[in-house]
Amino acid sequence: MEFFIIISSGLCLLIGSFLCVSGGIGIIRFPDFYTRMHAVGITDTLGAGLILIGLMLLSTDLLVFAKLVMILLLTLLIGPTTSHVLAKAALHNGLAPKLNQDALDHNSLDQTGNEETNSSNP
Amino acid sequence: MLIAATLAIFVAMFLAVIRGIAGPTLYDRILAVNMFGTKTVLLIALLGFVMGRPEFLDIAILYALINFISVIGVLRYSDTNEFKHTPAKQEPTKKEH
Amino acid sequence: MVTAVAIVRMKDLFAVVMLLGLYGLLSASFFVAMDAVDVAFTEAAVGAGISTLLMLVVITMTGRREKAKRHKPLLALFIVIITGGLLIYGTLDMPYFGSADAPNHNHVAPRYINDSMKEIGIPNIVTSVLASYRAFDTFGEVVVIFTAGIGVLALLSVTRRPEDDDDIASHNDSMHERHLVIRIVAKMLIPFILLFALYVQFHGDFGPGGGFQAGVIFAAAIILYAMLFGLSAARKAINQAFVQLIAAIGVLLYGCVGIVSMLNGGDFFDYNVLASDPVAGQHLGILLIEWGVGCTVAAVMIIIFFNFAGRREMQQHSGDKSTQNQESP
Repeated sequence: MEFFIIISSGLCLLIGSFLCVSGGIGIIRFPDFYTRMHAVGITDTLGAGLILIGLMLLSTDLLVFAKLVMILLLTLLIGPTTSHVLAKAALHNGLAPKLNQDALDHNSLDQTGNEETNSSNP
Repeated sequence: MLIAATLAIFVAMFLAVIRGIAGPTLYDRILAVNMFGTKTVLLIALLGFVMGRPEFLDIAILYALINFISVIGVLRYSDTNEFKHTPAKQEPTKKEH
Repeated sequence: MVTAVAIVRMKDLFAVVMLLGLYGLLSASFFVAMDAVDVAFTEAAVGAGISTLLMLVVITMTGRREKAKRHKPLLALFIVIITGGLLIYGTLDMPYFGSADAPNHNHVAPRYINDSMKEIGIPNIVTSVLASYRAFDTFGEVVVIFTAGIGVLALLSVTRRPEDDDDIASHNDSMHERHLVIRIVAKMLIPFILLFALYVQFHGDFGPGGGFQAGVIFAAAIILYAMLFGLSAARKAINQAFVQLIAAIGVLLYGCVGIVSMLNGGDFFDYNVLASDPVAGQHLGILLIEWGVGCTVAAVMIIIFFNFAGRREMQQHSGDKSTQNQESP
């Protein structure tokens, strides 16, 4: 039983750290701010969640377990909110996403980066 | 296993700092600092377990909250005219800024 | 060191503020690596959190680029090098950092470490040193913080006219739609942050924490509310006069503990005489002064932020009004 706990905690830590590193690689290699934010927002929250679950399985004390649960809930709440606020502020202040030529022909972006309503997307 | 996870978090933090220094726009830098902050929370929790001191978890909770408040502060006060993003290159289908 | 050089050389002040936040965070990590948990706690809260916020508010008022200097400050550089050299020469005489035969490791530290549990009875030695053995130093720190708050009040407080208040309040209400998600999330988080501040305040005897950190966390929650819901709503929730009163009461509480112990026959800040049992007296004394420290730090941080941001709001509001007057002849 204890062996099973150690194995599953190790697995969670491994997957979580792989996700965090891949988020780091993504922030370097992706071409545009919005794509980078997509990479960071998803991998940050999920990787942090998995690492914290891995640590929770290793914890011995009830207080430590409760604090880790609190950090997990905070991360799950704060991560997506931060991505949303960042994207909204960037779009509102004029940073336009880099679109390929197809999308540029169908849509047109006015100066604040908001799409006008005559797009062909459903 | 814990040490391997700690090293992986270090690598991720280092990559975030590279983007923070080199990011062409302001928002790239804010994103990099935010990612650095969440990785720091994880790092403190992991180091607490590695060094056998559960008190570090208080610092981790504190830092998660401070990171959130700082990013909200930055974005709230970047509404002024000074921070409007002016694109470096104009594409032909967009109107002039 | 790289971060410090980058901070001095960069001309874009916004990036400088980000780097300052990063620098505070790196210092906190060093303290964690050196196993100094309390200091890391305070550094993370103050250096990486509140300082970044306050400097941000300032640079939205002063502008984003640093003006180029008109002359080379060679004389200042020369004086700084001479002073730095003299200081380093002075430290050559001191024993190495952490060596075993330094005086503070032979006389002072063992006494604190050995006798703290017996005399004071709380597990956290940092709190016992800060609050009991060196209570007078901590009193000086609290008075310095209070003086800083008074300085900001004296220099930066602006009288507000009621019609300006209504203008700004309606502008803030119109922002509600834009910021809906973040407002709801913040409403969920702020009670939790306030509770966490109380936890840190009272848990300072047993884990890292204490008055300074708790005050900063409390102020951070109020600042979050003020940033998202507008200063006028925050002023209605937290009355300015009440906050100034709390700042003064914190310092007064701290001083009164000292005076009461003198009245009971002991020295200034001698907690042994505060209750019938010396250890219980120590506990009571530490509890009261940590409470005083927490009150003052929280209130002063709130005062500083409200004055900075109120100034900025006034500046923006008068800027908006003048452009409106120009557009409608």
